[in-house]
Amino acid sequence: MSLLEVVDLSKHYAGRPSLGDRLSGNRRTLVRAVNGVSLSVERGEILGLIGESGCGKSTLGRAILRLHEPTGGRVVFDGTDVTALPPQALKAMRRRMQIIFQDPYASLNPRRTVAEIVGLPLALHGIASGEEARAITARVLERVGLRAAQLDRYPHQFSGGQRQRIGIARALVSNPDFIVCDEPVSALDVSIQAQIIALLLELKRDLGLTYLFISHDISVIGYLSDRVAVMYLGDIVETGQVAAVLDNPRHPYTQSLLSAVPEIGAKRARGRVRLQGDLPSPLNPPPGCKFHTRCPLAVPACRTLVPETRGVGPGHSAACHRLEEGLSLLEGAR
Amino acid sequence: MTDASLAAAPSAESLFRRNLRDFSRNRLAMASLTVILIFVLMAVAAPLIAPQDPNETDLFRRLQPPGWVDGGDWRFPLGCDALGRDILSRIIYGARISIFIGAAVIVLATGVGILAGLAAGYLRGWVDVVISRVVDILLGFPYLIFAIGLMAMMGPGLLNIVLALAYKEWVIPCRVVRGETLAVRELEYVEAARALGAGPRHIMWREILPNILSPVIVVSTIRMAHVIILEASLSFLGLGVQPPTASWGSMVSDGRAFILEAWWVSTFPGLAILLLVLAINVASQALRDAFDPRFSE
Amino acid sequence: MTVLLEVTSLRTEFATRAGLVRAVDGVSLQVRRGECLGVVGESGSGKSVTFASVMGLVRSPGKVVAGTIFFDGRDLRQLSPEEMRAIRGRDIAMTMQDALTALNPALSVGEQMAEVMVAHDETLPAGRAARRAAIRERSVEMLGLVGIPSPDTRLRQYPHEFSGGMRQRIMIAIALTCRPKLLITDEPTTALDVTIQAQVLELISDIRARLGMAVVLITHDLGVVAEHCDRVMVMYAGQVVEEGPTSAVIGQPRHPYTRGLLASIPRPALRGHRIEPIMGQVPDLVGLPPQCRFHSRCPLARPECLVEVPMLPAGPGRQARCLRLEEPA
Repeated sequence: MSLLEVVDLSKHYAGRPSLGDRLSGNRRTLVRAVNGVSLSVERGEILGLIGESGCGKSTLGRAILRLHEPTGGRVVFDGTDVTALPPQALKAMRRRMQIIFQDPYASLNPRRTVAEIVGLPLALHGIASGEEARAITARVLERVGLRAAQLDRYPHQFSGGQRQRIGIARALVSNPDFIVCDEPVSALDVSIQAQIIALLLELKRDLGLTYLFISHDISVIGYLSDRVAVMYLGDIVETGQVAAVLDNPRHPYTQSLLSAVPEIGAKRARGRVRLQGDLPSPLNPPPGCKFHTRCPLAVPACRTLVPETRGVGPGHSAACHRLEEGLSLLEGAR
Repeated sequence: MTDASLAAAPSAESLFRRNLRDFSRNRLAMASLTVILIFVLMAVAAPLIAPQDPNETDLFRRLQPPGWVDGGDWRFPLGCDALGRDILSRIIYGARISIFIGAAVIVLATGVGILAGLAAGYLRGWVDVVISRVVDILLGFPYLIFAIGLMAMMGPGLLNIVLALAYKEWVIPCRVVRGETLAVRELEYVEAARALGAGPRHIMWREILPNILSPVIVVSTIRMAHVIILEASLSFLGLGVQPPTASWGSMVSDGRAFILEAWWVSTFPGLAILLLVLAINVASQALRDAFDPRFSE
Repeated sequence: MTVLLEVTSLRTEFATRAGLVRAVDGVSLQVRRGECLGVVGESGSGKSVTFASVMGLVRSPGKVVAGTIFFDGRDLRQLSPEEMRAIRGRDIAMTMQDALTALNPALSVGEQMAEVMVAHDETLPAGRAARRAAIRERSVEMLGLVGIPSPDTRLRQYPHEFSGGMRQRIMIAIALTCRPKLLITDEPTTALDVTIQAQVLELISDIRARLGMAVVLITHDLGVVAEHCDRVMVMYAGQVVEEGPTSAVIGQPRHPYTRGLLASIPRPALRGHRIEPIMGQVPDLVGLPPQCRFHSRCPLARPECLVEVPMLPAGPGRQARCLRLEEPA
C-alpha cells in the first residue's frame, strides 16, 4: 500500500471580488488553487511535483499536511485519514509528516537560537527535554553538516545554504517518515544547491524517508525524482515514471515545459516549442481544458470539454483530448 | 545590489547589541537619555533633594520672584507661588506624578494592547472583528474629551487618571501589534512551527511576539510623551491630581491668573513639561532609528 | 568588431560595519559592438556591482575607487554627474531583475516611456502636439517590438495590470526607447517561469540582432548563457576567474570553479550519479588576503596557490585565473 494516498483533494479560496464583479452583482470569485487532485506516493520514493508559479503546487503540499485546511477530498497517510483527524491526533501525526521550506531566511525565527529552532519539535511533542534534547539536537545538526558548537547561534549568523541545513534538521528531529520539500533549493546559489540536493538524497537513503519534492525546475526534478507529476492551474496534467515523462512526454504542456529549459551542450536534441502568452489567471481559468489558450494543438473540443486522465503507458497517464493521435509538439518542431 | 547584502557578512554580534550600540553612538539621544534619567532620579529622590517642603504655605512669600530677580531669595531659587510654596520643590515632587502616570498608563496600555493585538491579528475571525470595531469606536472620540468625560464619571484620583488615560491609550499599541502580527503570521517560520505541531499560544508568544516587540517599544515610548501632556492637561483643567499635591499641569494652571505680574509661577513647570517631553521624543526617535532596520543604512 | 565598452582594473569597495568589502576587485572586461556577453556568478560574486559601477549607480556606502571605464571612447569615471545622466538611458540602458519594483506603480506605461524620451531625445519635434504624437508613435512601436499585443491601448495601463513576463518586456521596451548601444540586463528571467523565461530571452536575442546593439546578460544560470551569449565571463568573490567564447568555456572549462559550477547543475541525464557539489562556501569578502580566492574550496589547491593569481592565457581568446591550468582535473 502507498504511504500517502491523496484522493480528489481540493483547496478553494474565496477571492476578493473586483470592482467590476461587484458592479455586475457577481459577488463570489473562487480561486480553485487545487482542483480535485489525486496522487499517491510509495514508501521510500521521491515524487517530483513540477509546475509554474501559481499552478497550486505549494498549496497542494500544504493541504496534504493540513497546514492549509483542504476544502474537499481525502489525504490518507499510512492507513490513517489525515483529513478527518481531530486536533490532538493531528498534532501527533505532525511528528511523522514534515515540511522543508523554500526561503531559508523567512523560515527561521530570527529571535531564536538554532538549539531552540531545531529542538522545538522535541519540546512540543514531549520527546525529550533539557540536556537530552540538546544532545539529540546536536546529533541532528551534525547529521546535516553543521557543528554542535553552532547550537547557540542565531539564524542571521549563517549563510543561506547553512540556514537551509538548519531547516532540514528541524524537519528531521522528530524522525518523520514523509517530508514535503517545498522548493528547498530554489533560493540557493548553484554550488550550494548541489550540496543541499546531495544532502537530501543521502538523508533519504540513510533514514528511509519519502519525499514529495515540489519544484519549478525540471532539471532538479528530473535528476532526483522516481516519479513525476506535472501540474497546471490546479490540475495534474501528467504523471509517470521520471524516465517515461521526460523522454516521452505526452501532454503538450509537459512537452513545452521540457523544451523551454535552456540546455548546456553544443546541440539540443529536441526541437523547441515556444508557448505563446501567459499563464491565465487562476481567478478566471479558461473553460474546458485549461491549457487550450496556450496549446498549439488545441481543437474546438478543447475549449468546452474537460479532458479526462487516461493511461498512456505503464504507470504513465495524461489528461489531453488529443493523446490518441500520438501528436507531439517536439516531433513537429524538429 | 544584492551582491552587497551578502558582503555585509553575518557577524558574531547579536542584532540587539548592535542596535544598542547604534543608539549609544547617537549624541543627541544620549543627551536626552541623561535628561530623562535626571528627571527620574529627581522623582525618586524628591524628599532628599527638594530644598523646601512642597506643600508648606507662607503668605509672606506670596509670588516671591526667583533668586536672581530683585526681591528674590536664593533659598527659593525659582520663586514661590500664590500660596508662598517653593516652586522648585513642587516641580521636583511634580516629576513623581508625571513620570508615574506616564509610565503606569503606558505599561498598562501596552500590556492590554499586546494581548488584544495578538489575538486579533493571529486568531482573526470574530475575535478580530470585535477588537477592531472597539478600536475604531475608541479612535472616533477625541482623546481629551473622552478622558474628561471619564474623569467626571469616576471622580478625581491618581488611579482614576491612569485608568481614564489607559482606557483609550491601549488602542495605539493594539493597532501596531495587530498590523505587525498580520505580517509576521504569514512568514514561513510561523508556518513551520504549525507544521511541527505548535498551538496558537506557543505561536503568539514565542514565535510572533519577540519579532514584533521593537516597533511596539518604540511606539510606546513616543506615546509616553503624549500621555504626560494629557495628564498635565487634565490637571490644568482641575480634573487631575487634587490639591495640594503638586502636578506640573495644575501648577501651570495655578499661575495662569498671575501670568503678567508673576511669570515664574507658570513658566517653570511649563518648561519642565517641555523638557521632559522633548527628551522622550528625541530618545524615542533615536530608538526607532536604531531598532527599525528601515531607518538604518 | 570594435570594442564598445572596455573596463580595466575596476575596483569597487563598500565600507560596511564589518569592515571594507572589495565587492569588485580588479575586474577587466570588454564588450564589442553588437555582441552578447554573459556574466555568470553566484551571489556575492560582484557581477551586479560591476555593472552598477559601469552605470555610475553604485549605492552608498559603495564607491568605485580605481580603474577606468571606457565607453565609446570616453572614460565614464571622468564624466560629471550631468554628463553621466545623459549617457544613462540614452547610450547604455539597464533592466532590473524585479520588474514590479523597478517600474513606477503610479505612472502608466506610456508616461514612463515618455519620460525617458523627453529626458534624452533631442530629435523630438518642437511643437507640443507634434512632440506628443512622436512620443506616442515611438512608444507604440517599442511595445510592439517587445511583443505586447494591442500596444496603443496598453500604453495607458499601469504596471500592476501586466503579468510578470509582460512587465519584464515593458522594462526592456523602456530601456530600448532611445536605441542604446549597450543594454545591460540584470537577471532578466530569474523571477519568471520557464516558459515565460524562454520567451523573454528569445526576445532579447531577436532585438539585439535587429537593432545591432550589444547586450550584457547578467545571470546565475549557465544554461541561459549557453543558449544566448557569444562570450562568457565567470566571476567569483569579486574577481573574473574565467573568460572566453561561450562554447569553449562551457565545453571545456579551465578554471576549477567553472568546472565545479557546471558539475553542480543537476540534470536528468545525471540520474543515479552523484552530482559533485563544490564544497564549502564563498569566502567572507572582508579583509581577504591577496591570494587565489577559490583555494579553500578547490580540489586542485596546493600551497603554491596562496599567492595573487593573475589572469593567464588559456587558449584562443580565453583567459583563466588559475596556476594549475595546464594540469588535468
